[in-house]
Amino acid sequence: MAPTRDEQHWMYRNMVTSRKFEETIAGIYFEGKTPVFSMADGPIPGEMHLSDGQEPVAVGVCAHLNADDVVTATHRPHHQAIAKGVELNKMAAEIFGKATGLSGGRGGHMHLFDADVNFACSGIIAQGMGPAVGAALSRHMQKKPGVGVAFVGEGAVNQGGWHEAMNLAATWNLPFVCVIEDNAWGISVPKEDSTAISNNADRAAAYGIPGIRVADNDPFAIYEAAGEAIRRARAGEGPSLIEVETYRLAGHFMGDAEGYRPEGEKDALFAKDPIPKMRATMLASGVATEAELDAIEAESTARVEAAITFARESADPAPEDALTAVFA
Amino acid sequence: MNVPNERKLTIARAMAEAVAQEMRVDDGVFVMGEDIAALGGVYGNTRGLLDEFGSERIRDTPISETAFIGAAVGAAQDGMRPVVELMFVDFFGVCFDAIYNLMAKNTYFSGGNFKVPMVLMTSTGGGYSDAGQHSQCLYGTFAHLPGMKVVCPSNAYDAKGLMTAAMRDDSPVVYMYHKSLQGMGWLATEPGATVHTPEESYTVEIGKAKVAREGRDVTIVSVGMGVHHALNAAAQLEADGVSAEVIDLVSLVPLDRDTIRASVAKTGRLIVVDEDYMSYGVSGEVIASVTEHDISVLKAAPKRVAYPDVPIPYARVMEQFCLPNPEKIIAAYQEMNAA
Repeated sequence: MAPTRDEQHWMYRNMVTSRKFEETIAGIYFEGKTPVFSMADGPIPGEMHLSDGQEPVAVGVCAHLNADDVVTATHRPHHQAIAKGVELNKMAAEIFGKATGLSGGRGGHMHLFDADVNFACSGIIAQGMGPAVGAALSRHMQKKPGVGVAFVGEGAVNQGGWHEAMNLAATWNLPFVCVIEDNAWGISVPKEDSTAISNNADRAAAYGIPGIRVADNDPFAIYEAAGEAIRRARAGEGPSLIEVETYRLAGHFMGDAEGYRPEGEKDALFAKDPIPKMRATMLASGVATEAELDAIEAESTARVEAAITFARESADPAPEDALTAVFA
Repeated sequence: MNVPNERKLTIARAMAEAVAQEMRVDDGVFVMGEDIAALGGVYGNTRGLLDEFGSERIRDTPISETAFIGAAVGAAQDGMRPVVELMFVDFFGVCFDAIYNLMAKNTYFSGGNFKVPMVLMTSTGGGYSDAGQHSQCLYGTFAHLPGMKVVCPSNAYDAKGLMTAAMRDDSPVVYMYHKSLQGMGWLATEPGATVHTPEESYTVEIGKAKVAREGRDVTIVSVGMGVHHALNAAAQLEADGVSAEVIDLVSLVPLDRDTIRASVAKTGRLIVVDEDYMSYGVSGEVIASVTEHDISVLKAAPKRVAYPDVPIPYARVMEQFCLPNPEKIIAAYQEMNAA
C-alpha cells in the first residue's frame, strides 16, 4: 500500500521541517560555546542528539498515527516529535529551557512530553518500551482505540528491558509496534560489534510475531511496513516488530568528533540523503510539482524560524519553579 | 483491649480488601505482578482478587519487572490506576530504571502534564534467615529519590487505609509492607499488627505520622516492624518508671517532620529505630529533622538502633545479632542517660 498524494506531501513536509529544525538548532548550539567548547554554555546547553537522516522512519510510521495513539521516543527524539505533531513552539522553547516550554524547562531535549498528542521520551536506552506497551495494555483493557508505538535505536535491542517488553506485548497480544531505527552506530560502537545477528527483525520469531526489516531508509517502504503493523495492532492481531536501516548523518551528539567513523562513510551517507531523494521521487512520479515542494520547504522553514524566535524571546523559568511539579 | 464487634484482619487481608473495594468502584484499577493471581501473592496481599475480578484485571506477569513496572507507568499515564507488585524489594536491582527514571520523574519532566497514578507494592524485612537478597528494607533507597511517595504500615488498620489512599493518589506511591507483620501462617507475625479494621472503605492520610503511644521522657521514632519493637521497649521502660513516646512514621515520603519535632520538643530525647541500613538513611534523616530545626530541645545526643552497614547474613545468630530489637532500644536509652 503506497502513501496517497496527500500523505506524501505530509511526509515530505515533516521530513523537511525536522531537518530544518535540526539545522537551525545546530547553528545555534555553538553560540556561547566557542572558542573553547563547553557543553553547559550558550542558549541551548547540555547534550544535543540530532536526527538528521533518520526522518523517513518518523514520517513513515507517524503517517498512520493520530493524536490518540501513544508514542514513546528516544534520546534522539526531534524527528519523532515533529512527525507525531508535538507543538513546535513549545518544543523549541523546552529545548531552550524556557518557561513556555512543554515542561517549563524541566525536561529539555531528551525529555519531551506532550500530553495533547500522547508523546513521551526517555533518555535511557530501551526504557520507552515498557510505557508504550503499558499504553497498549490500557487501550486493550479499556476497549479504547489506539496503539502504542515505541521508537528505539538498534542498540536498545541488546537491553534486557527490550526483550521483557516484547515478550509481555506478545504474551498479552497487545496493540503495540516496536520500531527500531538502525543507524548502525551505538555512539561509537558499530552494530556488528555489539549484536549477534545483522537483522534484528529476526528477533520477532522469539515472540511469535511478524518482523520486517526495511532497507535503505526508504520512506515508502517504511510507510508500507508500518501500515501493516499498525493495521494489525488496531485489528487486535497483536504486536509487530520493524527494523529500518537508516542513516545518522550527524554525530552521536553535537561536538562528537566522530573519529570512529570509517573514512568516506559520511560522504556516502550524505549522497543517499533521504530528503533530496524523496523530492526527486515525488517529482518523477508526478505527485508534486517543483512549485509545490518549494512551497512546502518555504512554509516549513518559516514554521521553524517562528518556533525558534518564540523560544529565544520567551522568558527563563523562575529558578524556584524547580521546586514545583514533583508530585501531581 | 476488647472492642465490641471487633473485626481483626491481618495486613495481608487488609491490603486485599482495600484493593477489592477500590476495584469495585474504579474500573481503572487493576493489579499486575508475579504470582498475584491464582496464588494471591506470595505474601497474601492479593488473595481472593482473581476469583472476583478475573484474569483481565488481576494479571500474573512474566518474571519481567522492568517490563511490567514500565507498562504500569504507561497505563497510569494513559488514565488507569495500576497496582503492581515487586515481590521482594531486594529485586529492585533488575527494574529500578522503570521506578526512578520513569515512574518518579515523568510528572516532573512533563511539568505536571503527565500524571503517573500507580501503586508499587513491595515486601520488606528479614529475621527469618532468607539472607541479603530477600531480607532488606531499603526504606532509605526509595525515600531518597524524589518523585515517589513512600508508605510503610505497621498494622492492618493503616495498611487498608494507606492502600486506599495510595490508589486514589495522582502521584506514584511505593507501598512497603513488612513480611513479619503480614500474617502469613508460615512466617511468624507480630501479633500487634493484626488489629481491628473497619469493613467500609476509608483512607489513612499519606504523609501524616501517628503517636502510637504517648510519653514524656523519650521519643522513639520508627516505621513498620520497628514500631512494634519500640512499643515493646516502651512497655518495659514503663516498668522502670520511664515514659516513652512512640512515633509511627506511617509514611517516609512525605516525612511528617512536624510530628517528630513536636514530640522531641516535649521529651528532649530521641531514639530512631530502623531495620534499614544505618548510614545515609531514614535514621539520619529523622535526627536531622530535629537538629536542623532546633537543637536546643535535646537533653542528650540522639541515638540510632539500625541495621549495621553489612549485607544481611543467613545464619540465625548472625542475623539476629544485627537486627533491631527492644533490648537494643532499652540499652540505647540507658546509654543516653549514662552519658
